[in-house]
Amino acid sequence: MRLPRGMGAVLAMLLPGLALALWLVLGAGFLLMALDGAARSALLGALAPVAESHGMVLVLWWVLFSAGAGLLARRFYGAHAEAPARLADAARVLAGDPSAPQVPATGPAGLKALAEVVNDLAAQRRTLQDDMARLVAEASRDVAFQRDQLAALMAELEQSVVVLNLEGRILLYNARARTLFRRLFRTAGTAEGVSADPIGLGRSIHTVIDRALMDHARETVERLMGRGEARPSARFVTTTPLGHLVRVLLAPVRAETGGAVTGQQITGFVLLLDDITDEYEARARQDRTLIDLNESARASLAAMQAALDMLDYPDLDASDRERFQAVVRDEVMGLGTRLSLAADATGDMGSRWPLQDMLGADLAAAAARRIAADTGHAVATDQVDADIWLSVDSFALIGALAFLAARVAEAEGGADPAFALRLTPASGRVHLDLAFADARAATGGGGWQSAPMGGTSQLCVRDVVERHGGELWLERARSGTGACFRFLLPAASEGHAEAQAPAESRPAYFDFDLFAASAGSHASDDRLLSDLAYTVFDTETTGLDPAGGDEILQIGATRIVNGRILASECFDQLVDPGRSIPEAGIAVHGIRPEMVRGKPRIGEVLPAFHAFAAETVLVGHNVAFDMRFLTLKEETSGVAFDQPVLDTLLLAGLAHPGEESHSMEAIAGRLGVTVSGRHTALGDALVTADIFLKLLPLLRARGIRTLGEARAAAATSYYAKLKY
Amino acid sequence: MDREIAVETGPTPAPCPQGAKVLIADDEPNIVVSLEFMMKREGFAVLVARDGREALETIRREHPRLVLLDATMPGMSGFDVCEAVRADAEVRSTRIVMLTAKGRETDMARGVGAGADAYVTKPFSTRELMQKVKDMLAEPPAGSLPA
Repeated sequence: MRLPRGMGAVLAMLLPGLALALWLVLGAGFLLMALDGAARSALLGALAPVAESHGMVLVLWWVLFSAGAGLLARRFYGAHAEAPARLADAARVLAGDPSAPQVPATGPAGLKALAEVVNDLAAQRRTLQDDMARLVAEASRDVAFQRDQLAALMAELEQSVVVLNLEGRILLYNARARTLFRRLFRTAGTAEGVSADPIGLGRSIHTVIDRALMDHARETVERLMGRGEARPSARFVTTTPLGHLVRVLLAPVRAETGGAVTGQQITGFVLLLDDITDEYEARARQDRTLIDLNESARASLAAMQAALDMLDYPDLDASDRERFQAVVRDEVMGLGTRLSLAADATGDMGSRWPLQDMLGADLAAAAARRIAADTGHAVATDQVDADIWLSVDSFALIGALAFLAARVAEAEGGADPAFALRLTPASGRVHLDLAFADARAATGGGGWQSAPMGGTSQLCVRDVVERHGGELWLERARSGTGACFRFLLPAASEGHAEAQAPAESRPAYFDFDLFAASAGSHASDDRLLSDLAYTVFDTETTGLDPAGGDEILQIGATRIVNGRILASECFDQLVDPGRSIPEAGIAVHGIRPEMVRGKPRIGEVLPAFHAFAAETVLVGHNVAFDMRFLTLKEETSGVAFDQPVLDTLLLAGLAHPGEESHSMEAIAGRLGVTVSGRHTALGDALVTADIFLKLLPLLRARGIRTLGEARAAAATSYYAKLKY
Repeated sequence: MDREIAVETGPTPAPCPQGAKVLIADDEPNIVVSLEFMMKREGFAVLVARDGREALETIRREHPRLVLLDATMPGMSGFDVCEAVRADAEVRSTRIVMLTAKGRETDMARGVGAGADAYVTKPFSTRELMQKVKDMLAEPPAGSLPA
C-alpha cells in the first residue's frame, strides 16, 4: 500500500533527526555497557560537568543538524520518491490515452530525461495511432458511407422504426420513433412537463410495449418462419398509458447464412410503429354515424309507412287523416335534417386521397413559380397568410391552379391578367384564391373545371377539388371588375409544426454492437465494467444539507452504453424546490427562483429519473452527496434507487493513489478531459461521464475489471474512509 | 330481402279474439299513433308504453296477450324487457313481436336469443304485421313458447 504523499513527506523530514538521536543513544548505551563499574563511574563523573555546562549546546547542535538533514531528506524524497510516482501516474494516463497531457519534466536530471523520453514515446505512439486511425478510416469509408445512407434513410422514413436484439433491447431507432414514443409513452405516473425519453439505445422495449404481446408476436413470426414463409411478420395493436393506440408490425432480422430458414437465424427484430388513434377514432365515428343514420332512417320510414297504410283506410275522418298526414310530413322533415347532419359528419372525415401537410406560403410560392413559367405573367403572393397550414396534394393542386391561370391568360389575349394568389382562413378550412383583374376573362370558368388538364392522368380541376373534399367556385369582386377562382381546402390538423420542425440534429440513433449483446445491461458484480450500461448524473441543490431542508433544484444525466456516451439521450430537468434559493448557491449554479417557478416538484421528477436510470449502474462525482438527497426523497417519490452506484471520486483515487486532489477539475486536467458547462447538472454529468470512460482503462491496468472489483476497491479506498 | 323471422306458425289460423289486450311499447310517438289506431280498429284493447321500464310494469300489471316491443328505447332496451318477461313465470307466455330499426343479422340473432317470438325490421307493412299478430294470437298459448 502506498502512503499519501503528504504523510510520506513528513516522515522523510523527521527521519534524519530521529536516526541521529537513536544512533547517539544506542552508541552511548553500548559504551556504558562495555565499561566496568569503576570506569563507567569515572566516565560519567567526567562527563557530568560537561553535560551540565554544554548540554544545551549539544541539543542545539542536534536540532540544527536534524533540521538541515530533514530539509535535505525532504528534497531527496521529493526528487526520488514523489516525482517518480507522479511521473508513473502521468505515464500510465499517457499509456492509456496518448492524447492525454504530456508528462511534466520535473525533478533530477535523470528523471527529466526520462519524462522527455516518455513524452517522445507517447508522441510517436500518437502519430502511429493517428496513422492507423487514418488507414482504418480510409478502409471503412465504404462501410461508413453505407451506414450514413442507412441513417439518412431511417431519418427520412415516414414511419417510426425501432430495431431490437433478441433480448428486446433497442439498437436502432429513428427520429420519428423518438417523437412518437415521447408523445405516446410518457412514463406512467410522470407528470406533464417532465421530459424523459422512454426509449434509448440499449434499453428494453418492454418498458413501453407489454412483454406478453411482444412474445406472442415473436412466436407468430417464428411459426411462420418454420412454415417457410418468405416474408414472415406479425401485427398487433397496443395501448399506451395515455390511451393511444399504436399499431406495431414486427419482422425478424435474419442472419445471411444462405441455408434453409430456421429459428436460430433470427438475430433481432424490426418494429414499424404507427399511431392509429386518430384513424381508429375517425373510423369508429364514421361507423357510428352510418349505423345511427341507418337506424333513424328505418324508424322514420316505419312511421311513414304505417301512417300511409292508415291513410289507405277509406272511412277515415278528417281529423285522423290530418293526424297521419302530419306524421308523414314530420318524419320527412326529420329524416332530411338527419341526412344533412350525417353528410356534414362524413364531410369532416375528409377525403381518402393521401394529402400532405404543407405550409401555405410554400404552396403559394411554388404555384406562383409554375403559373409564371406557364403563362409568362407575374403572380403576386403578398396576401398569403404566413401562418396557414394546409392538407393538400400539392402537385395536383398546383397543376389545377396553373391550368386555370393558363385559360384566363388565353382569354386575356396577351394583356397582363394581374394574377394574385391569396390564402385566408375560413372557419376550420382555408380559402385559396387565384385572383385576376378582369372577370370577363373567366367566361369559360364552368367548362374549364371539368376539362382534362392534360398530362397522363386525364385529371380535371373538379377531380382535384374532390380529392381534397373541397369546393371551387368563381367569385366576382363586389366592386371593380376583378374576380377569383376560390378553392375551399382542408386546413392541416394541429401538431403539424412539431412534426415538421427539424429539431433533431442526429437523424437516427444506432449501435449495432448491441446485436451481439447477450445479457443486456443488467448489473451484476461479475460483469465487466466495459459491458455495463451507466446513468451518469449530477444534481444542483439549494445547499449542502438535505436533512436540514435543502432541496434538489436540477437533475442532469446522460447514458453510457457500450462504452459510448449517448449525449442525445439526456435527462435535464429543473425542479421547483418548494423553498427559497440562497443567494450563495445562485452564484454557483446560476438557478434563480424564476427559473424553477412552475417546474415539477421532486416527487414528480424522481419517478421519471428512476425510469431513465432503470437497469443501469448509477455514476456520479462524489455521488454520496447526491444519493443522500435521493434516499431522503424515497418516501415522497415512491421510488428507490437501489441499483449499484460508482463514484468517480473514489475511482480516480484508485487509479491515481498518489495524487492529492481528486476534484473534478483536477481529475479532468490529469485525464485530458475538456470541462465545459460546469455547475449545470447536465454539464457536470457529461464531464463526469467523460472522466469515467477515461478511468476504465486505468482501473483495468490496476486489475479492476468487473463491477464487483470496482465496488470492493472503492469501498476500501483511502477516500472512501475519509469521506463516509 | 325478407327480414322477418317467424318462430312459430300455427297450422290453421283461428279468428282473432276480440278485445284481447295488446301493448305497444315504442318511444317514437309517430309510429305509436298509427299502430294504436290500427289495433283499435281491429278490436284490440290497446295499451301504450313510452319506454322499457313502463313497458315491463304494464306487462306485469295488465298481462297483455301480445306486445309490440321496440328494441331501442331509452333506459331499458326492448331486449332487456324481453329477457325480463321470459324470466318472470307470471308473464312468461306473453307473445312478443320485436320491432326494430337495427337491421343487422347480429341484432336479429340477439332479439330471438332474448326470447322474442318474431323479429320485425322497420320499415314494415302494417297489414303484414296485423296478420302476424292475429296468427300468433290464434295459436294456443302454452307449450309453443320457449321456457
